[in-house]
Amino acid sequence: MDLLIPAMLTIITAATPLLFAALGEMVTEKSGVLNLGVEGMMVMGAIIGFIAVHASGSVTVAIFAAVLAGICMAAIFALFVLTFHASQVPTGLALTIFGIGLSALMGQNMVGIAYGGMPKIAIPGLAALPVVGTLFFQQDFLVYLSIAMVAAIHYFLHKTRAGLILRAVGDSHDAAHAMGYSVIKIRFMAILFGGAMAGLSGAYLSLAYSPMWVEQMTAGRGWIALALVVFACWRPVRVLFGAYLFGGISILQLHAQALGIGIPSQVMSMLPYLATILVLVIISRDVSKIKLNAPASLGRPFHPSR
Amino acid sequence: MWPHLVRRRLPSKAMVYLSPVLALVLSMLAGIILFLIMGVSPLGALHAFFIEPLSSVYGLAELGVKATPLVLIGVALALGFKAGVWNIGAEGQLTMGAICGGVVALYFYDREGFYIIPLMLGAGVFGGVAWAAIVAFLRVRFNANEILTSLMLSYVAGLLLNMLMHGPLKDPDGFNFPESRQFSDSALLPLLQEGTRLHIGAIIALAAVALGWLILSRTLLGYQIKVAGSAPAACEHAGFSHAKIIWTTLLLGGGMAGLAGTIEVAGPIGQLLPNISPGYGFTAIIVAYVGRLHPLGVLFAGLLLALTYLGGETAQIQLNLPVAVTGVFQGLLLFFLLASDVLILYRLQFGMAAPAVETS
Amino acid sequence: MKDNPPYLIELQGMTKAFPGVLANDAVDLKIKPGEIHALLGENGAGKSTLVKMIYGILKPDAGTILFNGQPVKIDTPADARDLGIAMVFQHFSLFDSLSVVENISLGISRAVDLKQLAGEITEISGRYGLPLDPHRHVYTLSVGERQRIEIIRCLLQDPRLLVMDEPTSVLTPQEVRKLFLTLNRLAGEGLAILYISHKLDEIKALCHQATILRLGKRVNTVSVDTESTSSLAMMMMGEEMEKIARGQAVATGEIRLKVDNLTMPAMDNTSISLTDIHLEVRAGEIVGIAGVAGNGQDELLKALNGEESCQLAASIIIENQHSGKLGPNARRRAGMASVPEKRLGHGAIPDMDLVDNAFMTGFQRMGLLAKGLINYSKTRTFAQKVIADFGVKTAGAKVPANSLSGGNLQKFIIGRELTQQPDILIVSQPTWGVDAGATQTIRQSLRKLADRGAAVLVISQDLDELMEMSDRIGAICGGRLSLFYPTAEMTVEKVGLLMAGVPLEKGGAHVASFS
Repeated sequence: MDLLIPAMLTIITAATPLLFAALGEMVTEKSGVLNLGVEGMMVMGAIIGFIAVHASGSVTVAIFAAVLAGICMAAIFALFVLTFHASQVPTGLALTIFGIGLSALMGQNMVGIAYGGMPKIAIPGLAALPVVGTLFFQQDFLVYLSIAMVAAIHYFLHKTRAGLILRAVGDSHDAAHAMGYSVIKIRFMAILFGGAMAGLSGAYLSLAYSPMWVEQMTAGRGWIALALVVFACWRPVRVLFGAYLFGGISILQLHAQALGIGIPSQVMSMLPYLATILVLVIISRDVSKIKLNAPASLGRPFHPSR
Repeated sequence: MWPHLVRRRLPSKAMVYLSPVLALVLSMLAGIILFLIMGVSPLGALHAFFIEPLSSVYGLAELGVKATPLVLIGVALALGFKAGVWNIGAEGQLTMGAICGGVVALYFYDREGFYIIPLMLGAGVFGGVAWAAIVAFLRVRFNANEILTSLMLSYVAGLLLNMLMHGPLKDPDGFNFPESRQFSDSALLPLLQEGTRLHIGAIIALAAVALGWLILSRTLLGYQIKVAGSAPAACEHAGFSHAKIIWTTLLLGGGMAGLAGTIEVAGPIGQLLPNISPGYGFTAIIVAYVGRLHPLGVLFAGLLLALTYLGGETAQIQLNLPVAVTGVFQGLLLFFLLASDVLILYRLQFGMAAPAVETS
Repeated sequence: MKDNPPYLIELQGMTKAFPGVLANDAVDLKIKPGEIHALLGENGAGKSTLVKMIYGILKPDAGTILFNGQPVKIDTPADARDLGIAMVFQHFSLFDSLSVVENISLGISRAVDLKQLAGEITEISGRYGLPLDPHRHVYTLSVGERQRIEIIRCLLQDPRLLVMDEPTSVLTPQEVRKLFLTLNRLAGEGLAILYISHKLDEIKALCHQATILRLGKRVNTVSVDTESTSSLAMMMMGEEMEKIARGQAVATGEIRLKVDNLTMPAMDNTSISLTDIHLEVRAGEIVGIAGVAGNGQDELLKALNGEESCQLAASIIIENQHSGKLGPNARRRAGMASVPEKRLGHGAIPDMDLVDNAFMTGFQRMGLLAKGLINYSKTRTFAQKVIADFGVKTAGAKVPANSLSGGNLQKFIIGRELTQQPDILIVSQPTWGVDAGATQTIRQSLRKLADRGAAVLVISQDLDELMEMSDRIGAICGGRLSLFYPTAEMTVEKVGLLMAGVPLEKGGAHVASFS
């Protein structure tokens, strides 16, 4: 138990950034837009959050700043893809390249500075419970928020009219347009939401997961989040499951070393990436399942004039 | 009145060529704003970025050195992107090529012979092809998205190189630094110009451009690539195998990236290091796009993007600007190119809003 | 009141121009409550443009709309719905992954309780004879059922005017009859219906008044009772069309294409599986396959032309050779050519030019490839020959395929295949959306090909077309093919039964043995 609880705690911290980013991307994709710039939005959230916490001393300000950074990045993507009809795949790639470059530029003076980490919030009463209390009720604010987001997004997509409209736009933008729904406006909102979530994810990385700034500290998590969305078949609860599964894999690498297993650390570090490939293969091989669950308009350009 | 976009009846041929120029101009403007924010004289910075590196023979040679891997990979990626095959893991394929070519060089470290370089280049191509073959197999057999698998494999390749550098390939006399031995002279690419680092890899890159152009404009394979990317259902109707096109373009991309990797370690670097590429594999994506997915365009774009690397280095030395400026500039360039491309299919119209062309 | 009822909607001088074409030129139209008013015209006459302006999808350049005598501005579909205008589109605006009730709720401007809405749907579907389960997902529904969603969605809004754009093109004749019963009942309750069609029989059977459009202008507005189908046709086309003589000889040529017990599982849940397909096409005959859209036509075409490979090589026999495992190009070498239903993106590459599009299927039989290199000058000559021989209107061979009109592109595609002189031609929807002149050109060239001794198989949803040009006819329904009968012995009603998957009575058996 002495070993298990810290391990479980690491799973939660490793899973939370993936959960934020994947949930956000899922909502974006549900509207029919594939944003490959998650990594770029995330890394910008990380650096802006980190700069903000040092400038203001307030975690709240830092989180808002990171969300805003994610939204700004997403807004660039939305502007290019929706207004200028730029194609989604290369624009997403550009966003990632740009984000990695800009964050490195902004963070040049932040390297090596430490931050104390986010305060934990103990839920009165529940936090005192054995094991469960430590695991689930003594976490920082963002962990609670990430779980609440799963429920909120599930409710939004499947129980509200706005969610229905979002799914409709993702299913057939032509039909939605013909019915008088503003495809562009709805997609803009969905993309911005994805950016906000990626910003939160980045903030969690630089404020809680490893509270410091390192260039490219996202280390491919944005891409893993993209794979998680496919893995989850575009369902929020399965995103939660997938994120925690990956959290589990990435802590393997920490604890295998602690246990003294004679595997080079680099091999353990490969695990999340190899696992991503594995889950993609397992899920994607069933073409009809993907076809049934993926938003039918995903990645397709929308030209209202045609 | 707000300007708005009106769809053209035919795509504009002029804009196909003008759009990269427009993108470059816009990126420079954005760069000027960025420099102003950073408190650097924009003129000085632009001079350091674009003029200074080109004002000496050494600088021009360095441009060729940096453009070589970009063009090699960019040509192959352009073919893939045209076919709608998104190999964005060229960085990993480059790494695998460098490892395989490097292993050959290290195996023959105490020998001389004309055969070593061809063997290295062959091994490099093999390494890249093998790495890309995984992606192609998973895509064709299991329908796994090649964007994600190729990228994940890039991280894996990077870690593999790192592991080898800390383990088996470490220089036994290297004071435990994670570096390999220096390659022997027989494992180094011949130079084209003494006193510079320009090597015969540049000739190989030019040959790749010519080959890419021939494939794309004259061969059935090139035709199939174009159809596959433009209209997949028409590709089926014409009887072209989509799986074959995926395999071909991915292996081609992997092979070229692997070749570029070997050329890097056998050329300017001369040994294996944990970091052998400043992101050439990713920058080549931008090269392919800015080059209009056309081999000749890729040549020019490769030179331009090579200049951003050189300029970044010069700016770092002269103005103390961080190297990351290069990444920002590259990202901006791709952004503005994608946005400028809207003008190929649409034109800007000022004045009264009128609905776009109705086709029904 | 009855002598001079006020018009529900009155269009005055509606004008709409697109670059290069005046789609509507000062069109007037008036409809009374309870009236079924036909809007009649060829493809390209401007019918769709006019109704899109009524429904707020397009903004008119000039003209006024009076609704209940009041001038109104309809800027968006929501404005139209608020006035009480509802529209059933030719191409449904449906969301495949959503349920019927979710789809319908999206068409209603206000938020609704889905449970309550499901009840209303069941109620309306019972009242008007439109059976529909509100909780089914759309991708599981047939085309006819999908149309019912659209109609119910409209009726739920208590509309005053119902616009229907070519509603019967996706229905069997029997389903058409049911639809007409529903529409008559609705008109009886005072609903005005604007019924867009180019099918004269339907208009005679259903409508009270007809407004005829030609080339964007209103030709006339007439009372349907006082006109004959031929007088309506005269007004619609401006000239008599010559009928194509059906092949006189009953097919006696050798069997060029034989399909024997072809079975092919569905690729995924949006496609149809083919079951037990038997078919023979002989030299010199045109065989027609009727059927409602989405019953396996696409799958059949792909199985025949080799885009999908069969499990058994013996399932498809081309010129006495087992060909089921051959790919499209091997089948082309064996003499087969095909024209898929979808032109842009399947039959042609939208953003590549006509030279490249000519190369696409012609490179083997026309010898356009030498040692792996493309012979572009020969390809250009081939493309130019197709353009000249088939009267394709284009600015040249170097323009992209998507810059051609639908009819011209179809002429190019059919010309591309015919110029290769195939022994077997399979063509799906040869004249769909094509204007009258091009339709004639295409039908005549197909007949000429058959007369030269080729075997021609036409898959079409246009029953009139098949009745006119095929020698033998059958139908596809749910991925199964009916028996084939000499067209001369068939009626529209009988083919309608086949389209619905109902085998004909014993009386047809003696002709059935023929195939």
